[in-house]
Amino acid sequence: MSSPVTWVTRHLHSMFAALGRLLRRPLSTLLTTLVIAVALSLPAGLWLVVKNARAATGDLATAVQVTAYMKVGTPIARADQLARQLRERPEVASVRVIPAEQALKEFREYSGFGSALDALTDNPLPHALVVQPRVEQHDGGTIEALRAFLIAAPDVDIVQADAEWARRLAALLDVLRTLFLAAAGLLAVGVLAVIGNTIRLEIGARREEIEVTKLVGGSDAFVRRPFLYAGLFQGLFGGLLALGLVALVIGAVEAPIARLTALYGGRFRLGGLSLEEAGMVLLVGALLGLVGAWIGAARHLSRIEPRP
Amino acid sequence: MIQFDRVTKRYPNGREALREVSLRVEPGEFVFLTGRSGAGKSSILKLIALLERPTRGTVVVNGQDTGSLPARAVPAYRRRLGVVFQDHQLLMDRPVYDNVALPLMVADSPLRDIDKRVRAALDQVGLLEQERALPSELSVGEQQRVGIARAVVGKPAVLIADEPTGNLDHALALDVMRLFRRFQEVGVTVVVATHDQSLVDGFGQRSIHVDGGKVTA
Repeated sequence: MSSPVTWVTRHLHSMFAALGRLLRRPLSTLLTTLVIAVALSLPAGLWLVVKNARAATGDLATAVQVTAYMKVGTPIARADQLARQLRERPEVASVRVIPAEQALKEFREYSGFGSALDALTDNPLPHALVVQPRVEQHDGGTIEALRAFLIAAPDVDIVQADAEWARRLAALLDVLRTLFLAAAGLLAVGVLAVIGNTIRLEIGARREEIEVTKLVGGSDAFVRRPFLYAGLFQGLFGGLLALGLVALVIGAVEAPIARLTALYGGRFRLGGLSLEEAGMVLLVGALLGLVGAWIGAARHLSRIEPRP
Repeated sequence: MIQFDRVTKRYPNGREALREVSLRVEPGEFVFLTGRSGAGKSSILKLIALLERPTRGTVVVNGQDTGSLPARAVPAYRRRLGVVFQDHQLLMDRPVYDNVALPLMVADSPLRDIDKRVRAALDQVGLLEQERALPSELSVGEQQRVGIARAVVGKPAVLIADEPTGNLDHALALDVMRLFRRFQEVGVTVVVATHDQSLVDGFGQRSIHVDGGKVTA
């Protein structure tokens, strides 16, 4: 058993030797790194699409809500009582009571019919309850149950639960998320294959060295070590390049998207990868590199024995 | 100590390289394995170095029955042996120093020890001045001495050499043999396979003659 200092020294030696070998073959290293980078940047880009679509469409948790309009003339106390009953239901996150006076005031303020409304002698608007279901209860069944409960209440006139668009959007985002997972899985297999093949070629090129090393007592772990570091570095470099590619694409589409959203009167800024997400890309790249190298090395090194 | 007890070695192509071979080499002994090419000398060395396993019979080296050794224990076993080949099997893209240091590196020896022992081994074979040279910059005789330094740097109990002088002229061959005898004098068991009978005669060590896969003398 070697001492910790010797162990660390050996690993540093293997690490720098692997790095040196990669840098001595810049073109081959660059090509492999580029393939890995493209494979990593595609799911990273798809993830950004999902993330930005969410941001652009607002928080779906607040988009799905049920509004109940009380019959005109119902006392506010009845509306408050119904709100208390609703708050006791497990699927309800919050209930907001909008008194008729407040509704009229807001309508007067935002509708542009201020002077016309002054002609009214009575407030034609009812009290309203805005019910926010819990995020995990956004399925159609829960919304329908809430609607049924409210319609059955004697003082409720109309129930509006127009969450269909939000559900459609959520379903679309789910499709994108599934596509992201599928693409990530397939491309991960691709990265494993690329790195495994690179390591296989490297092992073939260094066959004599491996034979001699095993002849003098080199264990499989010792022989495998530099190849694992090579895979790790290639994955890491691929991750770094993938971040660069994603940043380039964001830079390229940022201005056109801003122009497009401005045409619709909105202001939307395309978000890039957060620090955590960038770290995740690097980590995934490094791990895929390591695992790909392990698979390639384990498979091919065991077949090489010293030449008698 | 090396002991072969009724060892038969048959290769996958059906060729029987050794048939019922029994031999014994005492600790610290210097023995020549003689015989013409294809007689079975190299097969004996391969069995000692665990590059091959016997088809039948037992091979015991330093008290270890090689036939029962699991694959994961082979590297540690090989570290206790020194092996020299006719074609040197050096890493041509690495300096002499790195070639000689390799057995110590794979054994996870501390760096200070490696430096001390590599220099000592290179000094023993007279190549200390050449430690930074690449093997391709050396003569064939010097390359063979690098191979010997690599074989002895780990202080093995057993040193085996397969035709180590095959590419050398007679004077250089004698130099190499004198080197082997120096290792034997400090307690290393040395087994040298050669077909050069004049070399064997000049050294007066015990020789085991192999012919047609059998020990004949």
